[in-house]
Amino acid sequence: MTAYEIEIILNRQLADCLSIPVFITDTVGNLIFYNEPAEQVLGKRFEDTGEMPVEEWSTVFKPLDNDGNPMPPEELPLVKTLSDQYPYHKSFQIVSLKGKKQPISVTSYPIISRSGNFIGAVAIFWKQKLK
Amino acid sequence: MKVKLWGVRGSIPTTGPDTDKYGGNTSCASVVYDDHVLVLDGGTGIRQCGGACSANKRIDILLTHLHLDHIQGLGFFSPLFDPSKEIHIWGPASSSQSLFSRISRYLSPPLFPVLLRDVPCKLELHEVSNSVFDIGPFRIQSSYIIHPGPTVGYRVMRENFVFTYIPDHEPALGSHGMIQNPKWVSGYDLAEGADILLHDAQYTKEEYPIRRGWGHSSIDDAGLFASITSAKHTLFAHHDPSHSDAFLEEMLASFKLTSDVSVGLATEGFEIELA
Repeated sequence: MTAYEIEIILNRQLADCLSIPVFITDTVGNLIFYNEPAEQVLGKRFEDTGEMPVEEWSTVFKPLDNDGNPMPPEELPLVKTLSDQYPYHKSFQIVSLKGKKQPISVTSYPIISRSGNFIGAVAIFWKQKLK
Repeated sequence: MKVKLWGVRGSIPTTGPDTDKYGGNTSCASVVYDDHVLVLDGGTGIRQCGGACSANKRIDILLTHLHLDHIQGLGFFSPLFDPSKEIHIWGPASSSQSLFSRISRYLSPPLFPVLLRDVPCKLELHEVSNSVFDIGPFRIQSSYIIHPGPTVGYRVMRENFVFTYIPDHEPALGSHGMIQNPKWVSGYDLAEGADILLHDAQYTKEEYPIRRGWGHSSIDDAGLFASITSAKHTLFAHHDPSHSDAFLEEMLASFKLTSDVSVGLATEGFEIELA
């Protein structure tokens, strides 16, 4: 078994200490870790699911723009980060697990290792107050 | 291949009867096969190692990182001053400065009278990261590990034998300690199934919490790392300068009450033939 590079491991250890939802993916978007606050967003426990392929976890969220129209995946911060390895931030809405619209902001950033390689990405979900 | 430990003390050299048994020199080990020699780290133990390398034309020094206790002896490694020697220094790449520039910060005035570029041997520097490379009969794997600043561990392989050298390492850094899944353990690939694993065990379980983030392990975390990686035998190293021989033996005895992992205390002068 090959271990993750330390930059990924340290990102997980950091995420594990935070009270905000954090998702960590590999370079193609497979979800390799999400912390406890993210479990509430995803409605699943990392202990139960383990890693999740991109096709599986990306369908959990239904992103809507501010007018309530479905957003194309390529406009999502994490998808953009995975595509060009730059950080992004965007506010939009997601349909919560209970079917309620939840305004959120998402910050994503690439993990560029000490060797200069792109090895994964992180998405942080900031919940906004419901108006 | 023959492994010898020349220095197993952490942080700063110690002298005196309290630390005489396990030794006071800082990090250095050698691996020898036929007329090939690898020197791991350049702590104060490297001075004596230099004398043992007098017959070797080429010597490869593999530095895990550039903290002082791992390079302090470099300037006293006699082959560096012998024009007939070919010395290769391997060390972790940084994202900003070259290895030459970083080592030169120590091997230059006012800290040292001779500039690195002026040493008489034929000197070549090599930067490593997550790398696999060959030196003579040895295949070597290096990987960045958790320790402040660019730091690697080394897995030295010859045929089926493996010696893993990770003297400074804090794999348990995090709010809940080490994640007990090999994919999430820093240094796992280096240590998996090693015949001999030399690993940082600087602190007691009680000392570790107030030194968290300093880059070292408690003896319990070192034992857990040995267990997860299925190392066949582990030598606990980087002994804290404040720990006497008697205290180290108490630490080990206490650890053995709760673990059946094959372990011992790294001892200066220890030699083992892996064959």
